[in-house]
Amino acid sequence: MTDATHKPFVRTQMLQPSAPPLREAGVVRWLRENLFSSWFNTILTLAGVAVIWLLVSSALPWWLNGVWTAGSLSECREIIAASAGEGASGACWAVVNERWNQFIFGFYPVGLWWRPTLAFALLFAAMGPVLFAGQKRAMLILLGSVAALVLVLVTLAASAVPNEVAKVTDAPFVWKLALALALLTLGAMIVLTVMGSGKLLWFTGLYPALCFWLLWGGPIWVPVGALFGFVLLAGVYAALVKRAGPGLAAGLGLIVALVWWLFLDVPVTVALNEAIPFGLTAVQSDQFGGFLLAITIGVTAITFSLPIGILLALGRQSDMLIVKTLCVGFIEFIRGVPLITLLFTASLLLQYFLPPGTNFDIILRVIILVTLFAAAYLAEVIRGGLAALPRGQYEAADALGLDYWQAQRFIILPQALKVSIPAIVSTFIGLFKDTTLVAFVGLMDPLKGVTQIVRADINWKGIYWEPYIFVGAIFFVICFGMSRYSMYLERKLKTDHR
Amino acid sequence: MALAHDAPKDSFRLSMLIYDTRYRAITIQVFVLILVAAFFAWLLNNTIENLAIRGKEFNYGFLWQRAGYDIGQQLIPYTNDSTHFRALLVGLLNTLVVAVLGCIFATILGVVIGVLRLSKNWLVSRLMTVYVEVFRNVPVLLWILLAYVILSEVTPSPRDFKAAEGVEPAASMILGETVAVTNRGTNIPAPLVDHSLGGFEIGGIPINFTVLAFVAVLVMSFWANARILTAARLRQEATGDRPTTWWKSLLVLFVPVIALSVILGLHWEIPALAGFNFKGGILVAHSFTALLVALTLYTAAFIAEIVRAGILAISKGQSEAAFALGLRPGRTMQLVILPQALRVIIPPLISQYLNITKNTSLGIAVSYLDLRGTLGGISLNQTGRELECMLLMMAIYLTLSLSISTVMNFYNKSVQLKVR
Amino acid sequence: MKKTYLLGAIAAATMVAGAASAQATLEAVKARGELICGSNTGLTGFGAPDANGTWAGFDVDLCRAIAAAILGDATKVKFVPTTGETRFTALQSGEVDVLIRNSTWTATRDSELALDFVAVNYYDGQGFMVKKDLGVSSAKELDGATVCIQTGTTTELNLADFFKQNNISYQPVTIADDAEGQRQYLAGACDAYTTDASGLAASRATLPDAENHIILPEIISKEPLGPVVRHGDNNWGDIVRWTYYSLLVAEEKGITKANVEEVAASTTDEEVKRLLGTSGDMAVKFGLDADAFKRAILAGGNYGEIFAANIGEGTSINLARGLNALWTQGGLQYAPPFR
Repeated sequence: MTDATHKPFVRTQMLQPSAPPLREAGVVRWLRENLFSSWFNTILTLAGVAVIWLLVSSALPWWLNGVWTAGSLSECREIIAASAGEGASGACWAVVNERWNQFIFGFYPVGLWWRPTLAFALLFAAMGPVLFAGQKRAMLILLGSVAALVLVLVTLAASAVPNEVAKVTDAPFVWKLALALALLTLGAMIVLTVMGSGKLLWFTGLYPALCFWLLWGGPIWVPVGALFGFVLLAGVYAALVKRAGPGLAAGLGLIVALVWWLFLDVPVTVALNEAIPFGLTAVQSDQFGGFLLAITIGVTAITFSLPIGILLALGRQSDMLIVKTLCVGFIEFIRGVPLITLLFTASLLLQYFLPPGTNFDIILRVIILVTLFAAAYLAEVIRGGLAALPRGQYEAADALGLDYWQAQRFIILPQALKVSIPAIVSTFIGLFKDTTLVAFVGLMDPLKGVTQIVRADINWKGIYWEPYIFVGAIFFVICFGMSRYSMYLERKLKTDHR
Repeated sequence: MALAHDAPKDSFRLSMLIYDTRYRAITIQVFVLILVAAFFAWLLNNTIENLAIRGKEFNYGFLWQRAGYDIGQQLIPYTNDSTHFRALLVGLLNTLVVAVLGCIFATILGVVIGVLRLSKNWLVSRLMTVYVEVFRNVPVLLWILLAYVILSEVTPSPRDFKAAEGVEPAASMILGETVAVTNRGTNIPAPLVDHSLGGFEIGGIPINFTVLAFVAVLVMSFWANARILTAARLRQEATGDRPTTWWKSLLVLFVPVIALSVILGLHWEIPALAGFNFKGGILVAHSFTALLVALTLYTAAFIAEIVRAGILAISKGQSEAAFALGLRPGRTMQLVILPQALRVIIPPLISQYLNITKNTSLGIAVSYLDLRGTLGGISLNQTGRELECMLLMMAIYLTLSLSISTVMNFYNKSVQLKVR
Repeated sequence: MKKTYLLGAIAAATMVAGAASAQATLEAVKARGELICGSNTGLTGFGAPDANGTWAGFDVDLCRAIAAAILGDATKVKFVPTTGETRFTALQSGEVDVLIRNSTWTATRDSELALDFVAVNYYDGQGFMVKKDLGVSSAKELDGATVCIQTGTTTELNLADFFKQNNISYQPVTIADDAEGQRQYLAGACDAYTTDASGLAASRATLPDAENHIILPEIISKEPLGPVVRHGDNNWGDIVRWTYYSLLVAEEKGITKANVEEVAASTTDEEVKRLLGTSGDMAVKFGLDADAFKRAILAGGNYGEIFAANIGEGTSINLARGLNALWTQGGLQYAPPFR
């Protein structure tokens, strides 16, 4: 039935799709879906906008009128009144400008600032092998940036010339030598990373001693002597482990090391120092303050609390009744009291508990109690990780004939720790934030201690927002960074497929 | 044929204490026990020696001496003639009131923020993320200090409430002219009764019959309400239709309390400006408000994360199944998601409650006179008995924490899935 | 490298406690080469570190004088900031050698806390500061007022007593430190701010509108502030006491930091000779060098000079000598004779 004149309509090409209705496209659609999808959402959006407007409108002039250079608060006020009119509010950042060094370094001698700076930069290099194990690229980037950091920061810090008042300083060549050595070490680490060697962990092991030496100074023989104790421990263990079994070998090694630390270390180091005197200018811990103090307490406590926490968690899971009871008692006691009471214990009660006449550094006392505090919390976190492991893992380890420590080391702990990493990091963040509480026993923490002395200064009496905001911002950057890193790690280590 | 003979009955040798796993555990435990006992003996010995050197003795007698200082916020009657023990009680109550209110407010705020963070509203979810991150990553001490500063800097002074000739007062009371927020505190109405039931004291702990009567009536009401609801549920399960209960519940919950209030002649004392300050009502000091607000905001950020994680932990299949059954989103959340999420949420929530309780001790930053401020602060300072005060304070905090975790763990067990 | 530093570092490293004997503070200080002085965590005019971390203030200068007397170097002082709670414990436990931190001498502290107050370097009293437009001219008119007060001090006891005696009521607002107290007061969170009169004057001097604030005439307590040492080491107490008195005698005799060498060479006054160590062995009897007191005067000048430099009229704190003038000028500062 074909008709040449009457052709049915057949479209030969596709029509252009017509544009979607205005409300279903582009910005409008996005707005509608994300902000005004229902009356409730609209209310929420409007409330959100109102909150933002309130915050911005009240704070913006204050930020914009900020003054960066002034000698005192009243001078600040004059400048603001002159520039923004009478009665205008404005931030007086001049106080941060003048006192930033105390917020960062406390009373650490100006000429020695390069030392904590170097120790801080190397901290990342030391953490690298632990954090980025097996990731060549990340490790190289890290080491490269640490090297750059070391070069820039240490040079900057070393060029901070000590004034007449605080003329404590090292010999002028020392910091250049240290800088060269640090760069050399970093270079060696980069080479090792490229070769894919696992030897980098050595640096991590050596770092605590190095950090101690850089921060507190003194003869180099002190950290060397302390490290030698560990060498002895390892030596005795290696020599005896075949014959006496790991437990006994470790015990004997510990005894030998203790004998060294308690009786031989001091005379030997003194003798060595007299023979070959080499060291950095000693800095006493009461000169620590600000973020230097917070980071020192935080990092030390974090480092030492992890092994103690693991032991406590294992003890709590143990079949041995007495060990278990003791661990539970310790953990519950520490977790049951506020940190502040433990700090007061450090400053008020230790004098009763230690032999008469004993007296040691308040910072050390605080670090010990903060470490115990963190260890109890970590123990609970790790216990959660241990409990999350299926029973089969323990049984499999037993079936393989592994003894307790082997099973823990090769099967249980690697999995349990992996599961608990996010919680461990949040414990660390909490600990770092809690270092601010040391102000209540008279230490110069950045938030309350340093702020208090700044506010007691006659020039800055009456200031309050600026130092708090400054310190809060730094805390935020550090803690936020740590929490982001933990989220990254969590994603990376996730092996289950849910 | 050689018969299989018994395993050799090995006699006990000393080396078995180390090498035989059966005995090793005992050896280790005895060793640990001896070490720990020696450690404590050493501590005790040092303490005794140190006390002797300082000419002090371990004695809680000072608790019954006159305290001599005033406390701004007192939930039970206290004057500077009261004893240190009484001051301790006032402080303990101050600690508890912040802890309890903090837990309640932080939970409410935390749940709201946690749910809003999952909202599809772009702006709101971003705002909530910013809130959570900012509050979680800055020390709580800073929030306490800032809350204190803001409260005393932003609020009007009592003088601003005075109406001068022809001029409107610069500030006015809020909530129907009952609450006045000034820069020295918040004045709220105080409940007063005409016919007090009296009270008595046991060992320095005051017992007020009026308060007890209200508590008892409330408890009875709630219990009766629970019974009514249970009966309704049983009937619904048995017959399929649910009897109307709302008017019974209302009756049971409200009538007894109202009746008691009328009988006792309850009325509210509204604060009014007199002299320098507002008089009448209850003055809530800013140190209290700052501590409460800061702890609430800080902990709410953590609770929000817990709630969010709890909701996300429920697999998508659950909500899809609920939608397939025809449940609306709101009902899905209420009937399917939240009950399951609750099981995930409660254990970390317990530790947040413990954290609030312990963090109340940070009231030291704003000189809030809680347990640490009275017993561990001024009393310690005035009497010089560090050892006694600190030990007692630790024991009290420990008891508090353990009680909270016991109660909450009990609740946790009751909501956990019962696996049969 | 000093051997003491080495040993100190080792002690810290191995956590072995360095012994601080209760009996021989002087020997301990000499062996350490440094005086450890318990100071305030920061109180304007009396003791606070500046931007360089150098401590300065009225109390601080006394510490420096003692260090100069014992060690011959006024910079050999370590300042340990202590809070209201930790100060006496720090002293008792030997953490600090001497506590010079606005501490009020009371009977309880002398007896129960096993401490010795050896002198009074500042006679103070508790007062009130109010805003002028409050219309109050006497503390007795403060009925119903809100009062800001620091915790952990004697001031809260005095305040309670004062209001009780006058049968008037008040609402305490407890605050943690002086800076916070000033802020609260300025913000209007309290009608009156009470602390030691010296502290009030210091606060008032730094207010942007000082003329709008008045310090009420009532001084409601005696607050003798002075250096504190541990009970039992009498020689050490004597050293602190007489170092302080040497500064007083120096002012009395007109010996200043500038002219002390000249006076030492030319004086004919026997007491001055004994004081400056040019005759007799006064200082040696305390276990110090003969010219110890001369060095103390050289450190920061005599009492009057220290006062004038830190808190006196002309500084922004602007305190009058008042009770702290020498006895010859109608004040209470009186040193026993150097004989």
